[in-house]
Amino acid sequence: MHWDVVWNNLDYFLWGAFPKGPIGGLALSILMALGGIFGAFWLGLLVGVMRLSKKAWLRIPALAYIEVIRGTPLLMVIFWFYFLAPVLLGKSLPGDQSAMIALIVFTSAYVAEIVRAGVLSLPKGQMEAARGSGLSHTQTMIHVILPQALFNMIPSFVNQFVSLTKDTSLGFIIGVGELMKMATQVNNRTMNAPAEIFITIAVLYFVVCFVLTEASRRLEAKINRYQARGR
Amino acid sequence: MAYQFDWSLVVSGQYGDWIVDGLVTTLKVSAISTVFSLALGTLVCVMRMSRVRPLVWFSLAFTEFFRNTPLLVQIFFWYFGSAAVLPESWNQWLYKQDFEFAAGVIALTVYTAAFIAEDLRSGIFAIPKTQLEASRACGLSFMQAMGYVILPQAFRIIIPPLISQFLNLIKNSSLVMTIGVMDLTYMARQIESYTFHGFESFTVATLIYLAISLVVSATIQVYNTRVLRMGR
Repeated sequence: MHWDVVWNNLDYFLWGAFPKGPIGGLALSILMALGGIFGAFWLGLLVGVMRLSKKAWLRIPALAYIEVIRGTPLLMVIFWFYFLAPVLLGKSLPGDQSAMIALIVFTSAYVAEIVRAGVLSLPKGQMEAARGSGLSHTQTMIHVILPQALFNMIPSFVNQFVSLTKDTSLGFIIGVGELMKMATQVNNRTMNAPAEIFITIAVLYFVVCFVLTEASRRLEAKINRYQARGR
Repeated sequence: MAYQFDWSLVVSGQYGDWIVDGLVTTLKVSAISTVFSLALGTLVCVMRMSRVRPLVWFSLAFTEFFRNTPLLVQIFFWYFGSAAVLPESWNQWLYKQDFEFAAGVIALTVYTAAFIAEDLRSGIFAIPKTQLEASRACGLSFMQAMGYVILPQAFRIIIPPLISQFLNLIKNSSLVMTIGVMDLTYMARQIESYTFHGFESFTVATLIYLAISLVVSATIQVYNTRVLRMGR
């Protein structure tokens, strides 16, 4: 076994060529995941609320968006933005930007479904009571429904965040310098320790994702207890 | 920038054949992985349910590890990593076979099995514990009780999450292109690099994936409602 290859390149796996060059490796993966979940949360919230609307011109585009994105592999979405941006925009996007956009667009469809499920799980009386006390539909959504629904959705969001963290590895295919790309670079350069390298980065991803999964499990238990007390 | 659309390029002739070949490969990879992952996922779940400590630990480690690492890393591990672990002569033989395909299937199977094991576990928890106790009291062994009483009921409960696992598997199978399996995504990209008509090739590939997803979920949902109605 050649574990020395891993030890010699560990800093490269963790943050790439930083501070001499651009930030990369696991640090970039985590940054992409954070940016991705932030963008996907707001886009997903918008699409999810549109999906729940009674107005067909809001509901149907949202439904189509969700169904198309969820039926398409992420890799296809990444290729769409990477190869078609030049055709549509007239200039090509750098790999990290197109990967980021693709991740946000892809994840937002799943977030939208989480939002929908969260809102539908609330008792119908909440909406009726708020409307009855004179709030408009939008006001009810913002002040009454969403704050409660979002609280219940936290565990699902964390799970989505875990998949997003894993999905950042696909940036490698269009040349984004995140952890997976660093690993293949080192593998191509050294040629003698593929198993060690891929085990190492699997462990790195695992540590990040496992911490999140555990956090989600604890949160879920806490939220369940909180709700049980309320009843 | 003027872009000339040429749809005939992708839907007929040589490139059309590539798309069809790619689709066949995608379906083959998905179908084989589906069968294996269902079997492996069931096995892992039963191990988790057993009272034998080492088996429980093994299955716990299995699901946690494979669920929390990216599929792409796993594909690369099975494909490149085996060379270091297996003897040289085996590798020679493996690379003469269609090892890309096998590595892709192994990676997809193991990854999906971890998710199926968790779904199945939640299905088993949904069944009253007395079922297992009653069947043990009737003289069935643990394995018999699982096989004849618990699992058939659990599988019926978890049909909806299972469908979404299999749809995920079909979509995830696009990742095997990274190790050179000539699936639908690989072919779409190949056409892009040969002709620069990425718009057409990616549209066709996306539509095919979309059609597969919609058809599979619709078919199984119809079946599901029928089965559930029968159960009541």
